[in-house]
Amino acid sequence: MVALTDSQVTELEITANKIRQSIIGMLLEAGSGHTAGSLGMADIFTALYFHILRHDPNNPQWEERDRLVLSNGHICPVLYATMAHSGYFSVKELKTLRKFGSHLQGHPHREFLPFLETSSGPLGSGLSQAVGMTLADRIDNGRSSGRFIYCLMSDGELNAGNSWEGAMLGGKEKLQNLIAIVDRNNIQIDGFTEDVMPLESLKAKWEAFNWHVLEIDGHNFEEIIRAVNQAKAIFEKPSVIIAHTIPGKGVAEFERKYEWHGKPPAPKEAQMALNELRTLGGKIQSEHQ
Amino acid sequence: MLNPDAKLNPKIFDNDVEMIPIRQGYGEGLLEAGERDERIVALCADLTESTRTQLFAEKFPNRFVEIGVAEQNLATVASGMAAMGKIPFIASYAMFSPGRNWEQIRTTICYNDRNVKIIGSHAGVSVGPDGGTHQAIEDIAITRVIPNIIVLSPCDAIEARKATIAAAEHEGPVYLRLTREETSVITTEKTPFEIGKAQTLFSSEYNADVGIIATGALLHSALKAAAELDKKGIAVKVLNLSTIKPLDEDQIILLAQEAGAIVTVEEHQIYGGMGSAISECLSKYFPVPIEFVGVDDMFGQSGSPTELLKHYKMDTPSIIEAVTRVLKRKH
Repeated sequence: MVALTDSQVTELEITANKIRQSIIGMLLEAGSGHTAGSLGMADIFTALYFHILRHDPNNPQWEERDRLVLSNGHICPVLYATMAHSGYFSVKELKTLRKFGSHLQGHPHREFLPFLETSSGPLGSGLSQAVGMTLADRIDNGRSSGRFIYCLMSDGELNAGNSWEGAMLGGKEKLQNLIAIVDRNNIQIDGFTEDVMPLESLKAKWEAFNWHVLEIDGHNFEEIIRAVNQAKAIFEKPSVIIAHTIPGKGVAEFERKYEWHGKPPAPKEAQMALNELRTLGGKIQSEHQ
Repeated sequence: MLNPDAKLNPKIFDNDVEMIPIRQGYGEGLLEAGERDERIVALCADLTESTRTQLFAEKFPNRFVEIGVAEQNLATVASGMAAMGKIPFIASYAMFSPGRNWEQIRTTICYNDRNVKIIGSHAGVSVGPDGGTHQAIEDIAITRVIPNIIVLSPCDAIEARKATIAAAEHEGPVYLRLTREETSVITTEKTPFEIGKAQTLFSSEYNADVGIIATGALLHSALKAAAELDKKGIAVKVLNLSTIKPLDEDQIILLAQEAGAIVTVEEHQIYGGMGSAISECLSKYFPVPIEFVGVDDMFGQSGSPTELLKHYKMDTPSIIEAVTRVLKRKH
């Protein structure tokens, strides 16, 4: 079954590209921040905010909205950029990232940006909050609730016990309205995940916690959307989508390098990155060349 | 004499004074609050009976979540439930919550300003035989430093019930400190309780020579000390500081101005506890000599509550000794 038409895919790809350009611009302006994970998750964020989520950027507090918890708060440039491009606030404001008084704190803080579902940064705590949200929704709306709670997590934060405590409770409570998406990019600050603290067999771990597990290419919009649809169809189990992504995706120079986890591009690198994104890796002629 | 306005238990100083664990008051208060407000939910980390959360769990099984031995999860799941409009009460031993899950409380509850109530039972050395691992004597220090949180430490089961209901009605994070042991009932249903208000429970006939500020179960020992001192002609006023944050600065300053010397009494480390909070206040507004009754930078150990309170110098004779010391320092 085709989840998307070709033109829908093209539209999502163009949006994700714009979001990646914004990420480069805001990180350059900020002079600090996390490049690799932000670029790597741009396709998934685009799919969520422009196709999957039940939400209304003009009415952020809409009671019936789905909930999206970003657990690994350090990739907030992609969250902020996606929210701005989908209409929550102006794209111009992205340049205030990490500046004094900005809504866009270095790690997300609800007090500064009330549209956020939670504040995050310290790793390993997002999944449990999403579990709590799903439990609360089930108390209010029963097991037929049509609301979905999404938790976006990194693979590195699966080192943390709190993540697995949340997973255990999600499995115990059979929270079918909970969908976790793990950014399986295989890097963390100190190196490759399997060197720092091996996570494999990751699929078997989640299955052992009574989760339905899907594995996808996190840059393929059809796969992302099909996986979410499948997760929604699973009853009496929470689902986790292990999304294999390329850290730094979209800028060849940054891709797959853990060194880009926690640093911003320098001006020349940013220019190179923006040229590459604007020309789609040389596939189209840029007006800047 | 006992302050008549406080409408205290007339049997306070009798041998047959009623003894009820403070945690029991929480259990009853939670049940009552839960009946009034269906947004209230309870979560527990494998200590449901012991923390007295059971009363609520039995009445409202659909609003109770058993988390298992996972205190970090306890705090973070509650934060998520509060995000959806629930009022979660999370219960464990204070050593584990807020002890083990402090960062989760800070970030996901307080930094988010979530309406979660953290119930830390079994605080203090009076936990007894379980020993030092289970005796939380640092919990006041680590909670009161977090912005947005209210810190409550009731002196008996009746006050604990009122504090639980008040916590439910307060919008925002609250830490409620409870103890395990059977504790003398000091207050009555008629005793006023308000978050943020300290209350004079004992006042000698004349202007006080010394002010005693106590919190939690040790308040009873402080009152006994005051009665003994009063008989010896030392005028004493005793404040019940059941809200440690926000501090009732006005009452504390007034007492310091009247007495010119203060003794603080708490079943907690001296460093960082209620005494420290009072010291921060008085050194800023009205410096007077202060003596601190509490644990002097040590861990607890096994023993009976009576043995331990004596050993760590938190019993009535120790309070009297502290008063003697502070009077000598008074100008």
